Amino acid sequence: MEKFIRITGLVAPLDRANVDTDAIIPKQYLKSINKSGFGVNLFDAWRYLDNGEPGVNLNSRPINPEFILNKQEYFGSTILIARDNFGCGSSREHAPWALVDYGFRVVIAPSFADIFYNNSLKNGLLPVALSSQIVDSIFKEIAATPGYSLTVDLDGKFVETGSRERYSFEIDAFRRDCLLKGLDDIGITLGYSDEIKEFEMKQKLEQPWLYQ
Amino acid sequence: MTGKTLYEKLWDSHVVRTESDQTALLYIDRHLVHEVTSPQAFEGLRLAGRKPWRTSSIVATADHNTPTSDWAKGIIDPISRLQVETLDANISVFGARAYYPFRDSRQGIVHVIGPENGATLPGMTVVCGDSHTSTHGAFACLAVGIGTSEVEHVLATQCLLQKKAKTFLIRVNGNLKSNISAKDVILNIIGHIGTAAGTGYAIEFSGSVIGQLSMEGRMTICNMAIEAGARSGIIAVDDKTIDYLEGRPMSPIGDQWELAKASWRKLHSDESAVFDKVIDINGEAITPQVTWGTSPQMVSSIAGSTPDPSLEKNPILKESLDNALAYMGLEPNTRIIDIPLDKVFIGSCTNSRIEDLREAAKVVTGRQVAKSIKHAMVVPGSGLVKKQAELEGLDQIFQDAGFDWREPGCSMCLAMNDDKLQSGERCASTSNRNFEGRQGSGGRTHLVSPAMAAAAAIAGHFVDVRDDYFQ
Repeated sequence: MEKFIRITGLVAPLDRANVDTDAIIPKQYLKSINKSGFGVNLFDAWRYLDNGEPGVNLNSRPINPEFILNKQEYFGSTILIARDNFGCGSSREHAPWALVDYGFRVVIAPSFADIFYNNSLKNGLLPVALSSQIVDSIFKEIAATPGYSLTVDLDGKFVETGSRERYSFEIDAFRRDCLLKGLDDIGITLGYSDEIKEFEMKQKLEQPWLYQ
Repeated sequence: MTGKTLYEKLWDSHVVRTESDQTALLYIDRHLVHEVTSPQAFEGLRLAGRKPWRTSSIVATADHNTPTSDWAKGIIDPISRLQVETLDANISVFGARAYYPFRDSRQGIVHVIGPENGATLPGMTVVCGDSHTSTHGAFACLAVGIGTSEVEHVLATQCLLQKKAKTFLIRVNGNLKSNISAKDVILNIIGHIGTAAGTGYAIEFSGSVIGQLSMEGRMTICNMAIEAGARSGIIAVDDKTIDYLEGRPMSPIGDQWELAKASWRKLHSDESAVFDKVIDINGEAITPQVTWGTSPQMVSSIAGSTPDPSLEKNPILKESLDNALAYMGLEPNTRIIDIPLDKVFIGSCTNSRIEDLREAAKVVTGRQVAKSIKHAMVVPGSGLVKKQAELEGLDQIFQDAGFDWREPGCSMCLAMNDDKLQSGERCASTSNRNFEGRQGSGGRTHLVSPAMAAAAAIAGHFVDVRDDYFQ
């Protein structure tokens, strides 16, 4: 996993609550057996005016000029900001894969669905929960400030605006450490193999039917 | 001393170790695997030179991509076929306790085949790369949906890194009125609490109504816990749980069965347990429910109407109501019974079990699907459900009425195969999500119970299944 320490980037405002994972990456693209290449279909139904299918030539697809990511001023954004309950719905990890593949490293929202939140952290995508009031004020500042950018500092656990205002955010210490160092969960867990085996031996004695 | 909640009992009995920030390594007893969220996980194992920790925990099937008609032709879409064949190959290389591939007599939706084969047993931790894994909580399992990185983690280590959830008790009291189903109960709950109320929580469902529901009904309730934001929903063990599991292929037998039963009887929240949040729902007041919008919380009684956004003071909520009505092609203050339909779908991990099909067949018997309905389909949850339904003659009842009787699979719940809505088509669906485009780009989904979907197919629009005509 790519390390995440601190980034400064352009912010794209997606002014919607309950952005579900079907909207982030529609199901027709889940047929892939790879982890990459989902970025071009991120928010497919909102981004294009036709009904997308895998393998269709992107150049022939009509884009929706109204959609935020199709506006030139947000090209190259690395931070996405949205409203409550971002990432609700399906457990598809294709959602953070698509966001990362597109170029996002941070999603800011007042709240996130649990599975999406977890999946993001495992892919170097940092979900940052800030209060509804702060998110609302950032939306207003974006509307008033062309080229609005933010700095997100995982080491210091804060978001800093261009005017040097700082908003702190929470993240589990273990998750933060894994992201800062780009650590692989599996390698860490396998370091506890003896404890896992010990657990199994005890459980097998107490509930042998689980091991049939 | 304060007792433990059921969630805490399940949690405590599976913790291998805990980090200083309380992140726990949780041991996983059952790993359900399907074709969509597993290929990258197996590929990850392969690239790292790792092997599954315990293949006897794995039960796999192909369900999301598989066609539900013309099975003799195989899977025509080459991308879908490759994904299903990739699962075949991965299971053949890495192994599993059981695999029900495409066209196997026990193949079906992963959340239907787990319980029906006794692969889901009380007290287990159950994971699957699918958010509707919460279904298995109906058997007092700690069951959570996971992402593909976590699928790989569980394959490699038999463990999941988890933070303990907060506990949320939802008591559904009183008795349900006749012709009200588990689906109406859970849609009503989500309408009350909203789709984010369960975020960060494990929901336990209890109360007299839950006790009266069959195991099928309880699975419907837990299935949609995720639609309330909770990764897991759970229900305590009672006689119904044990009776359901006796004699299933993977249920313990002989002395083991007796031992297991004694252990399972303890799987309930203690009287003195304290929950972080508790709400009471009056079961007597629950009516047939129909969603009108693009989130499961946008739900109404059959007697109600679509909302009027102009009455909403919060601008963000007003905009979401406006967006939902626009997407659904509905005007404010439209009576639910005046909404005409194009298609009807009875199926999905929420409502495709034998009891669901019986309820729908009862409404359909001796009647005809309305001429205005372009397509009404019934997709059984598994090969075994299909076989049972055919033994009972339900297939004939559906076909006589003009329904299409299909092969098992996820089908039009998420439309990864050919079963999908065309843009603008409106569907009464027994599935779990009415998100934009869920059943096909531009498609419009209304979530209902099997009986309400059946009645809507006959009438051509939504109708109260309690009306004299259907009784």
